[in-house]
Amino acid sequence: MAKRNMDPKKTAMPEQDAKQRACNFSEVALGYTEEMAKNEAERCLQCKNKPCVAGCPVNVQIPEFIALAAQGQYMEAYDKIRETNGLPAICGRVCPQETQCEQLCVRGIKGEPVGIGRLERFVADYAIAHEAPPTECKPATGKKAAIIGSGPAGLTCAADLAKMGVDVTIFEAFHMPGGVLVYGIPEFRLPKSLVQKEIDALKCMGVKIETNMVMGRVLTIDDLKEMGFETIFIGTGAGLPKFMNIPGENLNGVYSANEFLTRINLMKGYKFPEYDTPVVRHKKVAVIGGGNVAMDAARCAKRLGAEDVYVVYRRSEAEMPARNEEIHHAKEEGVIFQFLVNPTDILGTDDGYVRGMRLQKMELGEPDSSGRRRPVPIEGSEYEIELDAVVVAIGQSPNPLMREATPGLKTQSWGGIIADDDTCATSIEGVYAGGDAVSGAATVILAMGAGKDAAKAMYDYMYSK
Amino acid sequence: MYKILKKQTLSEQVKLMVIDAPLVARKAQPGQFIILRINEQGERIPLTIADYDANAGTVTIIFQEVGKTTIHLGTLSEGDSLLDFVGPLGKPSHFDSSVKKAAVIGGGLGTAIAFPQAKKLHSLGVDVTSITGFRNKDLILLEKEIGAVSDKLIVMTDDGSNGHKGFVTDALKSEIEAGEKFDLVIAIGPLIMMKFVSKLTKEYGIKTIISMNPIMIDGTGMCGGCRVTVGGKTLFACVDGPDFDGHEVDFDEAMRRQNMYKSQQEDSCNLFKEVE
Repeated sequence: MAKRNMDPKKTAMPEQDAKQRACNFSEVALGYTEEMAKNEAERCLQCKNKPCVAGCPVNVQIPEFIALAAQGQYMEAYDKIRETNGLPAICGRVCPQETQCEQLCVRGIKGEPVGIGRLERFVADYAIAHEAPPTECKPATGKKAAIIGSGPAGLTCAADLAKMGVDVTIFEAFHMPGGVLVYGIPEFRLPKSLVQKEIDALKCMGVKIETNMVMGRVLTIDDLKEMGFETIFIGTGAGLPKFMNIPGENLNGVYSANEFLTRINLMKGYKFPEYDTPVVRHKKVAVIGGGNVAMDAARCAKRLGAEDVYVVYRRSEAEMPARNEEIHHAKEEGVIFQFLVNPTDILGTDDGYVRGMRLQKMELGEPDSSGRRRPVPIEGSEYEIELDAVVVAIGQSPNPLMREATPGLKTQSWGGIIADDDTCATSIEGVYAGGDAVSGAATVILAMGAGKDAAKAMYDYMYSK
Repeated sequence: MYKILKKQTLSEQVKLMVIDAPLVARKAQPGQFIILRINEQGERIPLTIADYDANAGTVTIIFQEVGKTTIHLGTLSEGDSLLDFVGPLGKPSHFDSSVKKAAVIGGGLGTAIAFPQAKKLHSLGVDVTSITGFRNKDLILLEKEIGAVSDKLIVMTDDGSNGHKGFVTDALKSEIEAGEKFDLVIAIGPLIMMKFVSKLTKEYGIKTIISMNPIMIDGTGMCGGCRVTVGGKTLFACVDGPDFDGHEVDFDEAMRRQNMYKSQQEDSCNLFKEVE
């Protein structure tokens, strides 16, 4: 019988000091040491019915990998994770474990759940540092598949198909693969070198990546079929930013979270003028929204030197969709949260720059269709704050390019591609879709789950023809 | 990598480059644009496609050396390569088959972008009057090329150094007053020029299409940096445009938005010039 650690609390993970990290873009959470990982792994009860696994969209065999980690067999633990998850170093950092695997952990009943995400991260980092051999692929089948978009859905789909011996080409619109992992999630939460390593691992498996390919414009689904791709996966993400449609939204200094984050992350604007893409160093910034993207934007604004950064959210803290850890980190870094307020106007100077925002206080009413209590405006409660920038992080809609360029591809009224829940099949034979392009903005891991399901269905499709 | 096959100086600050980009060339249509990035540290800049040759697999861009990236681009030579070249982006210009007589207006560098429009209209059998405007005669662009695809060409200079003093709006107004019945005006150039052309044609009720070239990053609808108010609605130039109804565009807002990074751009530019 293995040793058990009955500490009700998770083994703490070292972090950069809040004051220090609020001024740099280096990773905040520093990861476990071997000793910490072993200590945490020993908290796992190795439940026979594995409730945690049911909470994982890609079915990682959690107790098994933790058991291997507890014995110090980290490479084996890594292989165990990689059986079902192609991007463990990424998932260990950005998955909302508290609403998935860890929520179902038995240890969570009387204390904190096992730090599954932290262990996954440790195992993956260990394996990468010790140059784990690439995943073995079955012999080439001669079958060809195309993947549109290199975000989490596309990368996962590509990895699974490549493992099965399929010749896979990924087409990416940006100059760098990774999708939201490189343009959206900041360096301090997910180092880009790590994403690059995961992508390099895919290349080692024979996956080809074509960048600068805006699909729908440069090539269509029909072109791909003509080029010999028997099956195609669309994982183009939720790329179209939503705005609030309030006065002042086109003032200088108002950004979509996408623009704000892309300038900083993908284009490395925080290194301007060493890098050419400019960012403005604002002094007082408000970020509108309560999700992970809003937290990322607020923490980036802080790191760019803003004195006051507000997160403005129309519901209360309990309803915030962001990961707990991100909210906690943002608070530590000095981000000011204003709950139950809604912007009504963005105020501008005569020459068109943001000078402030008018907000209205809200109270929580009856639950709405999402089950969360609906915020209701309080009459006469308006007030103004002084600002020079506003970042709108209230969500994204699916990118329209593929649907506009693909007659016959059925979509929802809000733009999402209609795809089968189990197989990800779309209305066009041989064409599959998954991730945010189907669901609307969601999480990395859900997109990966869809990529996996699609890969299986695409493989079966190629052999059923 | 995308090779520069040909480089030509059109005027003091304006250069033309023919880029090897077969996939872009195969799908390109008038009105569309590309985004390029010179090197790893580079920014992504949108440039309208000036010409393309699907058979040769080439795309022609014409640019004015006004900022760090365009000045840097101007220092590259034939045989050099660009790291990234993405396109074709934006909706192609839509040419209504009912158009019989059109005025194509090009201001400064906009002339380079107006050229494929004139060429296309001419090939559709439309009677084309082209009006181009420049600060002085040394800056005149593509006179021969546009002349070849126009039934009439009027070249204006601000200082009158070519013998025709005035703005493009002056020339357009005299054409209209002289009884020329245009059923379409296409105006491409600085925002201020497009604003005044649109103002003029609105008085005469002539449909006017303008082409926006705002600040953007991805060109696929993702950043929303290129938003422009058209008929009171916010649209994205990259996916909804770049062509819009000139009578509906809020040009004043667009001009303010164009200045967003002015001081950063100047700093970056000066730094580059120092190093060079």
